[in-house]
Amino acid sequence: MTSAEKYVTAAYLVVLAVVLAYIVIYAFKLSRLEREVSELAELAKRRKDAA
Amino acid sequence: MPNSRAVALAAAAAGLLLVGITLAFYWVPNAPLEGFRQRIFYIHVPIALTAYACFFWAAWKALRLLWTRDQRYDLESYTAVHMGVIFGILTLVTGSIWARTSWGVWWSWGERQLVLFLVLFLFYSAYFMLRFSVDPGPRRASMSAVYALFGVVLIPVSFLAIRLAEGLIHPVVFDRDVGSNLAGSQLLTFLICFAGMLALAGSLYTNELTGKRIDDRLSELREALS
Amino acid sequence: MSAYLGDVATLARKDLLLELRSRDTVPAMLLFVVSTLVVFNFALPAGASPDAAYGLLWAALVFTAILGLTRAFAAEREQRVLDGLVLAPCDRSTIWLGKAIAVVAFLALAEVVALPAFALFFEPVSWELVAAVVLANVGFAGVGTLLAAMAAASRARELLLPLLFLPLVIPIVVGGVGASIADDPGRFLGFLALYDLIFAILSWASFEYVVAE
Repeated sequence: MTSAEKYVTAAYLVVLAVVLAYIVIYAFKLSRLEREVSELAELAKRRKDAA
Repeated sequence: MPNSRAVALAAAAAGLLLVGITLAFYWVPNAPLEGFRQRIFYIHVPIALTAYACFFWAAWKALRLLWTRDQRYDLESYTAVHMGVIFGILTLVTGSIWARTSWGVWWSWGERQLVLFLVLFLFYSAYFMLRFSVDPGPRRASMSAVYALFGVVLIPVSFLAIRLAEGLIHPVVFDRDVGSNLAGSQLLTFLICFAGMLALAGSLYTNELTGKRIDDRLSELREALS
Repeated sequence: MSAYLGDVATLARKDLLLELRSRDTVPAMLLFVVSTLVVFNFALPAGASPDAAYGLLWAALVFTAILGLTRAFAAEREQRVLDGLVLAPCDRSTIWLGKAIAVVAFLALAEVVALPAFALFFEPVSWELVAAVVLANVGFAGVGTLLAAMAAASRARELLLPLLFLPLVIPIVVGGVGASIADDPGRFLGFLALYDLIFAILSWASFEYVVAE
């Protein structure tokens, strides 16, 4: 690969890398949201059983 | 309804970018002077334009917030700024790579777009500092909105300033043979990539906004239950 | 209209009188800018072009402005006067205008010492430079007052103001340095005037959203 080709590919790969990193961060966020939902579902159930 | 829009945007982004990048690598001819390295143009410029679009979108939502006092617009403006900063960072990185392969340096103060993006990056990074140091509420929303509006006014003013500063401070202005005479195939490839980037930004924006709204509603739910 | 200007005059007079009695902001700004100029003497290498000194002058002015602006709403916050002012039946933009006028006055006082000091230590000061400084003061005060109000409402306060301020005043620095060293300073002075116009109007119009609840 010529030097120019390497740089061009690097530029496109950086964009891909950032988008993929975003997806990973988002996956963490989604799992946290999931956890919160199940916690709140627990809370609601307990409330309902107590009432 | 919102769900199908998110899917449509994501699909459009995937399709357009796949086609666009393939064209940029395999179909488009080499630029006469610059050669192969000119192909960075097809990813760098769409990203830059998309970043601008995000900032303008954020300013529009900010204006709507100040106009209607509807707090819904706060998250939309904030998410748009976030997208703008992500694409702004990408602009700086791809621009830097392009500078490196064109002129051997990783940075050039003579490269107007790069300098402008650096200023904007600093400005919108301060936006996050502002948001993180003020307690959530309508006050923070209003302040963020005003700041987002200032950002969009800063874009042309900064550009003018950078142009004025050129002969003065940084006499070495590298020139690039791009954008002026685009052959048909090049223009088409560029437009496809541009549309793809906008769709990508829109897709990420929609997803992130949904995530933030869910976050908010869960907090409300938590408060209601405890 | 005259009621509006009356409110502005009252508010500006309040800030100026406060400063006259407490005398804490302007002397600090004075000392700061002169100290900075002395530091710059040691920061400039021997072979530096004379133009570099002008660049450093403008950097000094920017940081002096930040110093002054950091104090801008400090008094209000300490006595929660700002809440009272906001509740008062006056147009909230008068708060901005009154304070901006006071800030311009403080900056001017600091520059009355700084510019002769600069001329003494480094390079001559031209009329274009003075004109640029006057225009820059308006720009600094205009956006600075608005940003200072934002910073005052935050938890980070003094830390936040420079971060918000610096990117916005880059055009002022360009205009100022250009007016100081370029062959055609008129272009840069015109640019400074344009900047002042745009951002003063924007700050004036959006101030009420920054202080309101």
